[in-house]
Parts: sequence; structure tokens; C-alpha cells
Amino acid sequence: MSESEGAIAPKFDVIVVGAGPAGVAAATVCARAGLETIVFERGRKPGVKNVMGGVLYTRPTAEVFGEFWKDAPLERCVIEQNAWILTEDSAIKLGYRSRQFAEDIPNSFTVLRVRIDEYFAQQAEAAGALIINETKVDEVLQEDGRAAGVRTGRPEGEVYAPIVIIAEGVNCELTKALDMQSDLRLEDAASTVKEIIRLDREVIEDRFSLGPEEGATIEMYGASTQGMLGTAFLYTNQESISLGVGVLLADAVKDHTTPFDMLKQLKQHPVVAPLIAGGESGEYMSHLIPEGGYNRLPALFGHGVMVVGDAAQLVNGLHREGSNHAILSGKMAAETAIEAHEKGDFSAKTLHKYRQRLEKEAPTMNDLRKYRRATGFMERHPWMLSLYPQLAADSIADMMTVDPETKRTKQWNIVKDVIRRGWIPRMVWDAIDGGRSLI
Amino acid sequence: MIAEDANQGLADKLYLVKYEIDEENCHLIIKDEETCRRCEEKPCIDRCPAEVYRWVEDEEILEVAYENCLECGACQIVCPYDNIDWSYPRGGFGVAYKYG
Repeated sequence: MSESEGAIAPKFDVIVVGAGPAGVAAATVCARAGLETIVFERGRKPGVKNVMGGVLYTRPTAEVFGEFWKDAPLERCVIEQNAWILTEDSAIKLGYRSRQFAEDIPNSFTVLRVRIDEYFAQQAEAAGALIINETKVDEVLQEDGRAAGVRTGRPEGEVYAPIVIIAEGVNCELTKALDMQSDLRLEDAASTVKEIIRLDREVIEDRFSLGPEEGATIEMYGASTQGMLGTAFLYTNQESISLGVGVLLADAVKDHTTPFDMLKQLKQHPVVAPLIAGGESGEYMSHLIPEGGYNRLPALFGHGVMVVGDAAQLVNGLHREGSNHAILSGKMAAETAIEAHEKGDFSAKTLHKYRQRLEKEAPTMNDLRKYRRATGFMERHPWMLSLYPQLAADSIADMMTVDPETKRTKQWNIVKDVIRRGWIPRMVWDAIDGGRSLI
Repeated sequence: MIAEDANQGLADKLYLVKYEIDEENCHLIIKDEETCRRCEEKPCIDRCPAEVYRWVEDEEILEVAYENCLECGACQIVCPYDNIDWSYPRGGFGVAYKYG
């Protein structure tokens, strides 16, 4: 159903704004419990507005969508994860590969969001939720200081429900209008661009030593973002590669390199270029990733309203986890909505249990709290992604080069170089603050 | 589809993106043109992944090619004067990804 088509019933048990993973998870759980649930999606179908790297974690997803991996449109099961540190012309590579990741309950899959979101939306509809596409929610309606419904762009577009679950994504227009959060700052978001590069299935499997259905991921640090705070990534899909790069806006504004040029430079990197050679460009896209973490959490609930997923900034950037927290937060908001309907109390007094659930029943809050100092760490140590990659690469290159010098001399040369440059105090401070921020 | 080639420009990439253009409404509004004239950095121009913003020197005006917008939201955050009235396009309009 779209904005131009007929009127819809004016009253529901639950309204969900946005048909991304968080919103659809919430709608599915509500509808299964018998609540009359309506979802508004501004795209012409669920998924078309959504961008993710994209790795989807199985276990949190299964909490709502069961054994989805048996019939969902997934790309590849991730059996190998790599972290590369790039300098301008070299790479230090670290990886972990195990078939265990594919057995029993597979750990994660690469996905393309347009396909997987459509699948999730079908599950919500099968559970009884009504999804209205091509409809933007312009305002959350309030009565007596509590959320009471939404005003959409449709003619006679006001719809009412005692609970509104906001899953509007990172650009949080509605929650800002409700004073549940303030404008995002430069430190709160990473600007990311990604390209789909199409390649034959066999070429991908050859280049990355993969079997059919097996996938690999590579996160790239250092020169991939020209030393700015961010990462690049390469994920293998069935017949394409997702290649992207993201930089915190606070760092990006200091430089004139555009997001597009940064992606272009990544594609030309001598270590990356052979992996995508011969590919065809499939799609170019962009997205903001919430990076504010624990310190930037909005009000997660109010009278008659709960905020889930990216809209609630529930992203663990360090571990590239977002959709798992989105799905779990949607589920827990839904469980709280069900409880509120049972009690007939939709006030913040009942809805605060949503936050309690996120604290106790999901790793979300604990993980975000654990890294609450990490978001500021890179601001305090801006040289991390330029100094260490170059030092480590130079040292390795030196040790591996066979020439008349002894290994002991080579080692000493490295140490002397570090001392001469005056890096020792800085390294001690990096180690102490790094330990406190990350462990 | 076009062969991946390092020489490809942004226009080639945007050509691959499907849009439903809202001819009646621009969803990116510059609140005050004079503010843009005074703005030295104009970070909206470099930070936009789709080159939506362009400074037209002759007319001293910021041109907004909203039809290319990928709806990421970076411009409103980087604008030092909070001079962009940003909203998503109307329902059904704007970018429509094939892969995402």
C-alpha cells in the first residue's frame, strides 16, 4: 500500500516507524503476540533505503526470525575474518579462519540489505503486521504529554496507537523533535561509502580460497582512511564484493578528500586492487554510522514511545556490530509493548523495562558501556592509525629483508629509531590509555 | 553495468543508482543563502558523497542537486552554521537501492 492509495484504519495497538531490522523485529514480535501492528516505511518497499557493510550475526537474528538461514536470501557464511593494517603500499595481515563458524549455528553471514530486509518484512507480514510502504512519518502525535500516534504524508494520514516504536534510523528527525535526543555532532557519526563490485562466483572463490557458500571479511585500518579515524572493509558476497570506507565526520572535515575519492584510492591500493580486478560496478551508496556509543545514547523510552536500533545509536563501531543490536532492541521494545498492553499502562513507568531488558537480556548495554572510553580514545591519540602502521610495516620489511646486516643490528636500529623520534612517552601513554579504554 | 575502472568518475557511479525524483519538492533547503556566502570552509561540498552541493562562483550561490542525494545526512551535521534544513524525501521518493 502506498501514500496514494486508500485510507487505513485509524487505530492500532502498536505503530512502528521504519521497516529496517529494528522496526521489523519489533513488529514481528508484537504481531506474533496478537497486537494489531502497523509499520510505516518511506521506501517503496522495505530495504531500498538501507545500507550496511554487511555482516549479519546469526544468533541475535535467530531470536526473532528463528532458523532464517535455512531459507533467507543470504550471501556467504563467514568462515574467515581478517584485520589488515595498511600503509600506502603494503599491508600487515592478521586473520582467523575456521569451518566451525559454518557449523551447527553459523556465526554470521554476509548479506545485501535490500534482499534480506524484504525477507524479514515478509516474516513480519506473515505474523500479521501491516506494512505500509512509500509513507513517511512526519510527526509523532502527542496527547497530554504522551505519544499517541503519528501523522504521515498520506491523505487523512493520522494513525493512533498507545505505543509508538521509533526505528527511523541514524538521522533521527522524530526523536529530535520529541526532545529525546539532540543533533548529532561531528564526533557522533562516521560517513561511509560503499560500492558493490560484481565478479563471477568462481573468481571470488579462487581469490579468497573459499568453497561455495563460504565467505571472508577484511577490515582495513591505517592508510585505508589515510590515518583518519575510520576503517575500510571488504566483504565477499555470492557474486559481488562489498568494498567500503568510513571516516568519523570529526576527522573527515579536516581534510578535503571526498568520500568518493577515498573509496577510489582504496580501490587503487596495491594490496586491494588485485582482489577486485576485472569487476563491474554494481551500485554506489552511502550511509552514516552512529559512533557516539554509550555516551551519546538518547532517551530510550518515554510515555508511549520507545526508540530502537540506529535511531537509539545502538552501534558498537569497534566490533562492526549494529544490526544485531537493532534486532535485539526491536525485540525487547516489542516485549515491553506486549507487557504494557497486558497491564494497560503505557507510561514510562512500564516502558522503562525496555531499557532494563537491554541491560540484562542482551549484551547491548554492557558492550556499549565497556567501550564508552573508546570513542574518545582516538581523539586523544590521533596518531594511532598513521604512526603504528608505518612503524610496524617498516620493521617487518626490515627484518624480512636479507642483506649483510645481522638480525640483532636490525632490531637495534628499529629501537634506536623509535627513541630518536621521541616516541617512547607517547607509546607508554597509548598503552596505558588503550588498556583502560578497550579492555 | 560498467566495468570497474579507476578512472570512473562519480557521475558514472551515480548513473548506476536508481532514484525516484520528487519534481515538486526539494528535501534539502538552504535556510539562508547569505550564510553560505560568508562560510569559508563550505564542508557540505567535500563531505557529500554524491556532490549534491556546488558553489557557483558567478552567482555566489550554493547549488543543491538534491536529486542526487543518497540520504546519508552528513551535510546537516558538518554545516558549521546549521544552515541546512534537512529532511528525508517524501514517502516513495528519493534513492531506491538495488543491493544496499
